Amino acid sequence: MSWLPAPQEPLLRVAVAGGTHGNELCGVFLARHWLRCPEELKRPSFSAIPILANPEASAICRRYVHKDLNRSFTSTVLSSKATPDEPYEVTRARELNQWLGPKGSGQAFDFTLDLHNTTANMGACIITKANCSVFAMHMCRYLQLQSLELPCRVFLFQPSGETFSLDSVAKIGMALELGPQPQGVLRADRFSQMRALVASSLDFIELFNQGTAFPAFEMEVYKNFGEEDFPRTEAGDLAGVVHPQLQDRDFEPLQPGAPIFQLFSGEDVLYQGDRTMYPIFINEAAYYKTHKAFIKTEKIMTSVPALPPLPSALTHSL
Amino acid sequence: MTSCDFTEEPIKKIAIFGGTHGNELTGVFLVKHWLENGAEIQRTGLEVKPFITNPRAVEKCTRYIDCDLNRAFDLENLGKKVSEDLPYEVRRAQEINHLFGPKNSENSYDIIFDLHNTTSNMGCTLILEDSRNDFLIQMFHYIKTSLAPLPCYVYLIEHPSLKYATTRSIAKHPVGIEVGPQPQGVLRADILDQMRKMIKYALDFIHNFNEGKEFPPCSVEVYKIMDKVDYPRNESGEIAALIHPNLQAICMHTQVGEQLFWRSCGLMTLVYNGQIMVQNVPANTTCNMRIHSYMLAL
Repeated sequence: MSWLPAPQEPLLRVAVAGGTHGNELCGVFLARHWLRCPEELKRPSFSAIPILANPEASAICRRYVHKDLNRSFTSTVLSSKATPDEPYEVTRARELNQWLGPKGSGQAFDFTLDLHNTTANMGACIITKANCSVFAMHMCRYLQLQSLELPCRVFLFQPSGETFSLDSVAKIGMALELGPQPQGVLRADRFSQMRALVASSLDFIELFNQGTAFPAFEMEVYKNFGEEDFPRTEAGDLAGVVHPQLQDRDFEPLQPGAPIFQLFSGEDVLYQGDRTMYPIFINEAAYYKTHKAFIKTEKIMTSVPALPPLPSALTHSL
Repeated sequence: MTSCDFTEEPIKKIAIFGGTHGNELTGVFLVKHWLENGAEIQRTGLEVKPFITNPRAVEKCTRYIDCDLNRAFDLENLGKKVSEDLPYEVRRAQEINHLFGPKNSENSYDIIFDLHNTTSNMGCTLILEDSRNDFLIQMFHYIKTSLAPLPCYVYLIEHPSLKYATTRSIAKHPVGIEVGPQPQGVLRADILDQMRKMIKYALDFIHNFNEGKEFPPCSVEVYKIMDKVDYPRNESGEIAALIHPNLQAICMHTQVGEQLFWRSCGLMTLVYNGQIMVQNVPANTTCNMRIHSYMLAL
């Protein structure tokens, strides 16, 4: 696997977004809190900016108003002309792109972290794009080592076309996905775990900005290769549920022939793949509509080269 | 709570409601399945009708369209003049009252089971509206015994001001079935299995009752609603503190509520009155976030 090179300058323009989906409440409440009290996001060399990404959806505690904001950062949407009756999230995506981007340009923010929750039993999961920067991989490693209560895995996401998520606007972007937590519910444990992971990510940026070097390492990562829908009737309704032996087993190996669904009539549906697969986002509420009962991943051991110290470190300014 | 010996007419007309809240999926899918293939819910001599109560909310996978259907069955709403201007759920309540009621009449259905899920850790819960309903107390005792060792709790919502006008209240014997924890919009196999069993045992009981089986006096522990407690809020009405991690997973256990809410966001620490017993807390259900409450029951 190859990685994009590390930044050569300190990361100074940093944003943390919550409420990209308005019913994923850890991010909503953290963003609202930081907007009132931003001190928590300050570090000696930079201050991260908090963003409530989808305020209208957050106000009504829904994933989105008209369409999924976190699928709206495509070149088609971002370059489209404004129209009076366009979906709310299209307008908002363009606004966020003006602020944090433009996507792909030299003016884009250095780093964005986007906060999410899932109903799936995924613990803490860092999502970064498959050909990401070596810097991002080192941050993932740092967060893994800090996350003691909750297992923390790294998901390298390969979209089928261009990138489309909010975090793809910045030069380096990642999403933090914490679960399980029901939509519209705020759990104290998830809330404090999310808050601690954000603090650690900013600590890592500060260490990098100060000229810290990070040694090479090896890490297990999960890479997506497909999806599986629920069994459905001809009319498109659900014909069964995630099998009890698969439920809550995100990131655990699933062998060919193992049961994955249980039909309402009682029979089991077995996994037809030809190799061990690691399912994630098992039974995520938001994915019923998009026909994903789980995402299929393979587990790979990957080597990440050392992150050398910044040539223009900020140690003198402290 | 104890039941005495009683005689009743045989039970004839039973309904099983799903989708009263459109995003509580276990009931939605059980009812849809039974509408296709009702063999599982048939018993000799009984008419058992599965029914989706809020199809528009089910379609959108949302709790309700205009207002909570499960709060709409008061006599004032049921008696309002039919009009397009009425909220969807009020019109729907009138239709359902016409099909399965009328409420408080001789013609209403004998029993309605209303299937619900909660995001809180309540396990299998049966909801009782009237502490004098000996027939239902016997039924609940039968269900609890059949489910053991899986715990099954009885929650009594009889209260002068906190009782609410449920969809099932149009029946002579209304039964609420609440199983959790399950996120809204998600269908879990284990929860489905538990709810399915509760219905099975309920129907077995009714069948046995109709066959003349004798049920000796029994006694059932219930959790009676006492109060509703809102989250602490700031001036804008936003939630300012969270359910304490110690309380989050606790259900049905006696606990002196020393620290009920937890400091969140560095804004405030709240130590609740230490004298309150906290049990049966469906904490953190989304509807509670909107209606500003969760239940304390003694």
